[in-house]
Amino acid sequence: MSEIPGDLKFLKSHEWARLEDGGVVRVGISDHAQGQLGDLVYVELPAVGDVVQSGNACAVVESVKAASDIYSPVSGTVVEVNEILADKPETINEDAYGEGWIFAVKMANPKDMEALLDPDAYAELLEEEDAH
Amino acid sequence: MPETTVLNSVHRALGARMVDFGGWDMPISYGSQIEEHHAVRGDAGMFDVSHMTVVDLRGAGVRTFLRHLLANSVDKLGVPGKALYSCMLDARGGVIDDLIVYFLEDNYFRLVVNAATRDKDLEWIRENASPFHVAVEHHPELAMIAVQGPNARSKAASVLPAALRERSLALKPFSAAREGTLFVARTGYTGEDGFEITLPGSEAAAFWRQLQDAGIRPCGLGARDTLRLEAGMNLYGQDMDDRTTPFEAGLAWTVSLDEGRDFIGRSALEAQRRHGVPRQMIGLVLDEKGVLRHGQVVHTALGVGEVLSGTFSPTLGKGIAFARVPAGDPGAVSVEIRGKAVPVRVVKPPFVRNGRPCAGILTPMQG
Repeated sequence: MSEIPGDLKFLKSHEWARLEDGGVVRVGISDHAQGQLGDLVYVELPAVGDVVQSGNACAVVESVKAASDIYSPVSGTVVEVNEILADKPETINEDAYGEGWIFAVKMANPKDMEALLDPDAYAELLEEEDAH
Repeated sequence: MPETTVLNSVHRALGARMVDFGGWDMPISYGSQIEEHHAVRGDAGMFDVSHMTVVDLRGAGVRTFLRHLLANSVDKLGVPGKALYSCMLDARGGVIDDLIVYFLEDNYFRLVVNAATRDKDLEWIRENASPFHVAVEHHPELAMIAVQGPNARSKAASVLPAALRERSLALKPFSAAREGTLFVARTGYTGEDGFEITLPGSEAAAFWRQLQDAGIRPCGLGARDTLRLEAGMNLYGQDMDDRTTPFEAGLAWTVSLDEGRDFIGRSALEAQRRHGVPRQMIGLVLDEKGVLRHGQVVHTALGVGEVLSGTFSPTLGKGIAFARVPAGDPGAVSVEIRGKAVPVRVVKPPFVRNGRPCAGILTPMQG
């Protein structure tokens, strides 16, 4: 399993969130999630300006095997989407925590980040899943 | 506990992602499923298909029995080694399974049937074989490895025993050669050239490694599924079952209504044809972004249907599918994807053969 970057927070549904300057949160899916999905072939992105709620589906990633909703870890307004994914969805497979980010949200409520799992808690969750 | 093939530990050692496939613990991929797919289209890949069921039939009445059991006619098999694809039907014309039958000797034929249907198939075959005094032998001790791709035959031949090498390379499509317990057939489920090699389970792991050393890439059932769907080949349980006749599953070409042959299901098929076959299977291509998947609702001018096998085609870079819809001209067709009706093109499968998109698949045929 690849290293989980220490500056990330996670949802149980395997999205990561990285807090950047100005209250902007960049969002993607974990390396574990991309491995489970297999080769990604299509990403349905939200639109810049969309208002999203934490825990609500706002994007879709499809692999050869399955389609999976992507939930926003925080509430706010979408300020950026990763256009590269339209032509190269496999970027998520190649670099889930970096170039494979999906969208960025300007947070409405900074407290949203506190409700997320830290890397250790997320790693523990993966171990539990493996045990089943 | 799921069943395992003799190659299970080999797959795990190669780092395969394992899944439950119809009660069998099988590799879905060893890394990138799409790269495995392209390896088969462009070079050579191999699949563990040891979960498939090998059934040998012996007896003086075996040909007569198979003329009764199968919807395709074994009378097409004139030369030992020749193979035939057929459905096995129930009395209502429903598909119990699809299979390959090999003519080996006058008193000896071999069937290869699906894994998930093994028990009901064996029961059906035994029940129907007894009046013909045909012995039915199931061979779970045999393993099967499919090597597929434009370079698969030459690469695999290099590791075959000398006695089989030349004969295997000389095989015509859909025929087999054997030497002792080793059985090599020029058949497959990918739309590429290749062999399906049956051998004793005890020899399978060593043979697998030799094939790998010969440059044949291990591929999982994920790639096998995208390859076979591109090749326009049905999957039992998804594209047809005992509630569909071959006519409703794009398999009319496998039904031989030859003069005077009374096979199981024939009268039901003839009645269905007289009254009009109510449903048809069509091919779909999604030109917009997205993936067609099993169970999606299909809208046609004549009513609704559903996607049977659906996937992303790595060769075409588009969603492709089989769908069952009402018979007749479907007109403009759309598929519901996440609550949205998305237009699709109706095409005639196969989608891909021998590494290339078929005519009319990527762009509409000029008419």
